[in-house]
Amino acid sequence: MTVVTKKDVNPTAHLTPEDVEALGHELDAIRQEVLDTRGERDSAYIRKVIDTQRKLELGSRAVLLASAFPPAFVAGTVGLSIAKILENMEIGHNVMHGQWDWMRDPKIHSTTWEWDNASTADGWKHSHNEVHHTYTNIVGKDNDLGYGIMRVDEDQRWVPMYLAQPLWNFINACFFEYGIAAYDLELGKNLKTPKDRRPESFKKAARATLKKIRGQMTKDYVVHPLLSLPTGSFLPTLAANFTANVVRNVWSHSVIMCGHFPEGVETYEKNAIPEKETRGEWYLRQMLGSANISGSKAMHIMTGNLSHQIEHHLFPDLPSNRYAEVAPKVQALFEKYDLNYHSASLPAQVYSAWHRVVRLSLPNGWLETTNRQNLPSQLKMLWAMTTGDRKVRRVAQLRLEQQARRQRAARKAEAEAAAA
Amino acid sequence: MTSLTPLLQAQTGLTGRRAAWASLRTRLEKVANAAVTPLVPADYLDLFHPLRAGAELRGRVVSVESETADAATIVIRPGSDWAGHVPGQYVRVGVDVDGVRQWRAYSLTHGPRRDGCISITVKAVPEGVVSNHLVHRVRVGTLLHLEQATGEFVLAPEVTDGPDVARLLFVTAGSGVTPVVGMLRNLFPVTDSGVVRPRRSAHLDITVVHVAPSRPDSIFLRDLEALDAAGAIRLVARYDDAHGFLDVDDLESLVPDLAGRTTYACGPGGLLDVLTAHHEARGLPLFTEQFRPSTLVVGEGGTVSFRNGATVEADGSSPLLDVGEAAGVLMPSGCRMGVCFGCVIPLKEGAVRDLRNGEVTTAVPGETGPEGVRIQTCITAAAGPCHLDI
Repeated sequence: MTVVTKKDVNPTAHLTPEDVEALGHELDAIRQEVLDTRGERDSAYIRKVIDTQRKLELGSRAVLLASAFPPAFVAGTVGLSIAKILENMEIGHNVMHGQWDWMRDPKIHSTTWEWDNASTADGWKHSHNEVHHTYTNIVGKDNDLGYGIMRVDEDQRWVPMYLAQPLWNFINACFFEYGIAAYDLELGKNLKTPKDRRPESFKKAARATLKKIRGQMTKDYVVHPLLSLPTGSFLPTLAANFTANVVRNVWSHSVIMCGHFPEGVETYEKNAIPEKETRGEWYLRQMLGSANISGSKAMHIMTGNLSHQIEHHLFPDLPSNRYAEVAPKVQALFEKYDLNYHSASLPAQVYSAWHRVVRLSLPNGWLETTNRQNLPSQLKMLWAMTTGDRKVRRVAQLRLEQQARRQRAARKAEAEAAAA
Repeated sequence: MTSLTPLLQAQTGLTGRRAAWASLRTRLEKVANAAVTPLVPADYLDLFHPLRAGAELRGRVVSVESETADAATIVIRPGSDWAGHVPGQYVRVGVDVDGVRQWRAYSLTHGPRRDGCISITVKAVPEGVVSNHLVHRVRVGTLLHLEQATGEFVLAPEVTDGPDVARLLFVTAGSGVTPVVGMLRNLFPVTDSGVVRPRRSAHLDITVVHVAPSRPDSIFLRDLEALDAAGAIRLVARYDDAHGFLDVDDLESLVPDLAGRTTYACGPGGLLDVLTAHHEARGLPLFTEQFRPSTLVVGEGGTVSFRNGATVEADGSSPLLDVGEAAGVLMPSGCRMGVCFGCVIPLKEGAVRDLRNGEVTTAVPGETGPEGVRIQTCITAAAGPCHLDI
């Protein structure tokens, strides 16, 4: 994708500043409607989810005490995976967003909640709530765009290292919780700084994160396996817990990729964001920078209602159980203002997001211009670009772009001819 | 010497066992904590047994008995750690109304009961969020949050224990009757066969002046009348609609032996103020309990105070975050647009207004939770004087 301002057709060009502000007011009204009716039904919902999650986790861990017995292993692993997903997505993420602060229950509150994840609540709240939700999809500002290790935009210059980015992305998916912890700490930037010049805040946060990871590891890989020892289930329980963590990691990584990565989701240039962005402008950026996943009610709950990513980004502090309810109203506004409401099924969005990861791991235009006939020559060029110096890459890149432009023009002409 | 040694051994054996048990317990707790981190074992135990010993104090509603059209007595089974109470004390109750945790203080209307339950009597006041919920909507089985009983408005042991004759006057207004009824029920238990006047209470000479808007609005009137009929107390009931508003100067004619009595008064602040002035002028002993805290004044802007003692005048449109920062207070902050919840701090007392939709949030000590109400300072402005816990 290309930042909005560099696109051939800016998807917001047809909106006047007055339109944008009117849109903002309409979204404010939707938010207010939910606030006015927020009450017992909602608090009962989150309490029920927490109650169910805890009982499921307790039950699964109890079953795993005898995990040497294969059916117990399977049932326990499935149950624990679901429990961990619920805990991170529908409960932890949303509680830490302050979605339930209005209940004034000190136990279900953004300031007191800690989650079953390698990253600390404090670190995550800063990098996610503050940075990602405020600077959504601004290249260079929002670390959720590629987590600082991937090429997510055509404007980022291609270097051979990016060829491995599908692999990085897969590894990141498997150990996502550590990836998040690392980027909450801005580990890359801080490790590059000489040890004695690292900020005190980083050292403190790093100590807290290590302590958290030690606690998490002890629980899943020491205490519970040891408790299973009497039935000879030490290793099976360890394996079950590891599996549940990986399942949770891959799932949450997929859901999050679907939220901002599918093809067609817009990104923004730092310089193009006005110094004082109005509420309407901020809303508009959230609308176009997110994508939804369509599916069943169970799927929505398992994604922590991040399947309603657009609604979540517009109203990050509304209770998650209300996103489904406001979605039709939000979609109607997209239609009214002629904007693209980006929604597709989970497999379609996962494919689309991965397609983009692969496409951008290659030089701009390479995937577009490659077909079965020219594959050998294209591969030869890619090899040259990978092994050659910067000059070789620049020349080859220009050729690729020229080729891509020509192909696009030819396709357009063909389409026009067909239409005529 | 010979007889002492085994005794010593037995003692060390005992303490040794106790120490071993204590260290085993600590170790088990450590394992339990490590097994459920980042939660604590209590989070799981609460799912099954919220009233157990060692849990955060809670109680379950056992029954709701209506007293008048707009008052009800709520009988609550408290958790195992309930430490008991003295009649006249009150308890702070946390109840979820429309999903929001609200705290209020209510007098305990019974002396210690044999069944271990406690009871509060609540009068639904107009616009009263909590009182209307408790009187009209709370269901048997609901869990309530509790704090231990507290309050100085109790009868001193030398009064209750005798043997000297104790002459008392209770002045109660509206729902201020509840702590007094708690004391009276303890002194004169009500059984199926009527009011009992136990020997332990024989030395008491009690007059109750009860003030209420009208007779039907009067909670506990039946109790007071029964006590009066049994000769346990002398009741002087004054209804605003029949007798006009009570003038404290009339007290001497209503209670001719006023000078010989110790007065206990419970009711709204206004009545207590005039009664205090009246008694001070005459040098009469008086104990008071204000029943409803004075209401907050909600307006535009106000004086904002901080924990470090800083105070600053804020207008009704400046976010408290900016106000605090301008006053040199180290305020936590984040997105500054109401999204990230990084600036949330407790409002201990006062009123604030959400700058996005005008919604007012108030914190009243003794009513809202002990930790105050957490607010997002970046999108709220002062709506009256307020105190921030930072």
